[in-house]
Amino acid sequence: MTNRISLALHIPEPPARPGDAPDFSHILVPPAGATRRPDMAADEADMRDLPFGLVRVLDETGRAVGPWNPRLAPETLRRGLRAMLLTRAFDERMFRSHRQGKTSFYMKSTGEEAISVAQSMMLGRDDMCFPTYRVIGWLMARGYPLIDLVNQIFSNEKDPLKGRQLPILFSARDYGFYSLSGNVGTRFGHAIGWAMASAYRGDDKIALAYIGEGTTAEGDFHEALTFASVYRAPAILCVTNNQWAISTYAGIAGGEATTFAAKAIAYGLPGLRVDGNDFLAVWAATEWAAERARSNRGATLIELFTYRAAGHSTSDDPTKYRPADEAAQWPLGDPVERLKQHLITLGEWDEDRHATLVEELEREVREAVKAGEAVGTLGKSKPSVAEMFEGVFKEPDWRVIEQRRELGI
Amino acid sequence: MPAMNMIQALNSALDVMLQRDPDVLIFGEDVGYFGGVFRVTDGLQKRHGLKRCFDAPISEGGIIATAIGMGAYGLRPVPEIQFADYILPAFDQLVSEAARLRYRSAGEFWAPITVRSPYGGGIFGGQTHSQSPEAIFAHITGLKTVIPSNPYDAKGLLIASIEDDDPVVFLEPKRLYNGPFDGRHDQALKTWAGEPTADVPDGHYTVPLGKAAIVRAGIDVTVLAYGTMVHVAAAGIEASGVNAELIDLRSIVPLDIDTIVASVKKTGRCVILHEASRFGGFGGELSALVQERCFYYLKSPIERVAGWDTPYPHAFEWDYFPGPARLAKALDRCMEA
Repeated sequence: MTNRISLALHIPEPPARPGDAPDFSHILVPPAGATRRPDMAADEADMRDLPFGLVRVLDETGRAVGPWNPRLAPETLRRGLRAMLLTRAFDERMFRSHRQGKTSFYMKSTGEEAISVAQSMMLGRDDMCFPTYRVIGWLMARGYPLIDLVNQIFSNEKDPLKGRQLPILFSARDYGFYSLSGNVGTRFGHAIGWAMASAYRGDDKIALAYIGEGTTAEGDFHEALTFASVYRAPAILCVTNNQWAISTYAGIAGGEATTFAAKAIAYGLPGLRVDGNDFLAVWAATEWAAERARSNRGATLIELFTYRAAGHSTSDDPTKYRPADEAAQWPLGDPVERLKQHLITLGEWDEDRHATLVEELEREVREAVKAGEAVGTLGKSKPSVAEMFEGVFKEPDWRVIEQRRELGI
Repeated sequence: MPAMNMIQALNSALDVMLQRDPDVLIFGEDVGYFGGVFRVTDGLQKRHGLKRCFDAPISEGGIIATAIGMGAYGLRPVPEIQFADYILPAFDQLVSEAARLRYRSAGEFWAPITVRSPYGGGIFGGQTHSQSPEAIFAHITGLKTVIPSNPYDAKGLLIASIEDDDPVVFLEPKRLYNGPFDGRHDQALKTWAGEPTADVPDGHYTVPLGKAAIVRAGIDVTVLAYGTMVHVAAAGIEASGVNAELIDLRSIVPLDIDTIVASVKKTGRCVILHEASRFGGFGGELSALVQERCFYYLKSPIERVAGWDTPYPHAFEWDYFPGPARLAKALDRCMEA
């Protein structure tokens, strides 16, 4: 026997499980306006405090305060609110469609709508977003036709992805939305390659990539950060920290020891930690990072601190692993409510207009879903089976030609 | 035409493409200033500039992810993975992304990348510098897998791969870099000098993907091989005295099934030779295809001569390596059956 202390294995556990009262006491929320805004051209070495702050603009009363206030026109704010509400209405409707057996799968963005909507509106038409499956707001903000989304989700005859891809794993090149896939981290590095290609050609386009906090544990994340740093890629790298990776809380991805924004420090990249439920803060941080990227100062890592208010997907029941009322207690509130409150505070919005807009959007969604149902829901309609054999290669090889004949189409 | 070894021929292909197409660029571990551990990119950075041929971090997954993103943008990157043994960290990128991007996005995005990688044994490289992983790529729908056997083909196939709009895994038999090698390791080393296939034009030309070469015409048995094994097969055929037809597949995806079937229907016998271990190797697929399409023409069982089902050993390299003597025995068995 020695006198040494017995070693203890540490397994992180979230502060609250089903049946417990939600506990967010470990989350420190600085007041809006408290985190400083360095000059866009500042040295990364002089901003290593930022990954431990929290960029916030909207205060508890709905006012925009502090150095990060992007001073957006009310019309821009209303457009943002509209896209966020549309996202929410669409999510609700498609979730029901799944429960009615009209599609095999769906994933909601509830609680995270400010992120994709603000970033989609802020960036240019030629920039490219490398999405996760929880940023459908990007498309909503750019007016992507709802009917195309519905047809893809129903995998019907008019599915723009020709029945080849799981619902919501969209691709929309003309809307700056790169092809999604179910492997969570694999496109993070594509954003760096895409951004490097823009710089290689001397173009002015930048890339924005999303990854979940859980997926930062994958090598893809660290490889992408390495390449971003080495080649000063004009990219904005976003960790959407929504606290939960299916049933696994952020502590299992390393969130107990440090912030996800702080991962930037080791790569020599600026890291911003941002209130992801604050439309204005997300906008301002993105604008700052975009200016850096566009002026050859390279990439920024942004942690968007938010909360996944719904289940992971239609296959998930979050009440099995977290308190049922946790979302309602989230200290950073609801992004839609906060932007709405801000507009009302500005005198640019009111409850009646809001109710009218919600009604209008629900009608818009209902009509799109109806039109999609008229084409057909899952199993009732599908693209020509010939599509199964197309696009494996640019030109089919003999295997595909023979097998198509074997299937008799 | 200048005589080139395979390294020079590959270098020439890259040089030609860098010259012709501003969208072509090269990156990988040690490929920039230094010119690559096998010298395939020697001088390219100096001639074409830093951004056309540069060093990458030791991050195979990152290299291929970056290349795919560049390809989606519209470039034609030619990343190098230093040894095929080290390609596995990039396997997810090749399988889940490069191979699937066109299909899943309904043609909105694609990745016209050519991943060069030295592969195969015969250099006393042990487990981690000798493997032949071609079958795992051939199994992935959406990837093309190309394997040259001589300098002329190496240049023409590499240019065709770079110009191809689909992702290509381009495996370079490293034992052939400096000279043809027929598996007789106790003989004096040969160089490419004087070989007809070392006459490599300076300029642009292509050897199409999916078109096999009949290296030696024959009537008694068809031998299917690629890479280094083409030379081993020629030596084995010579040793056996069998009048065999030797087919160099050049690419296993796309596969020139018509040339294979026509030959086996003519000869009625088939022997498949590859360096990779036998179980689950590409020889299994070839054997099945020949059986499915030529069964009533076959006079003897299809034979597979391959690496043993062990990891690639160091001290036992020549016990493992399927040399000409093993092929000759298989040919004899075929003819006796």
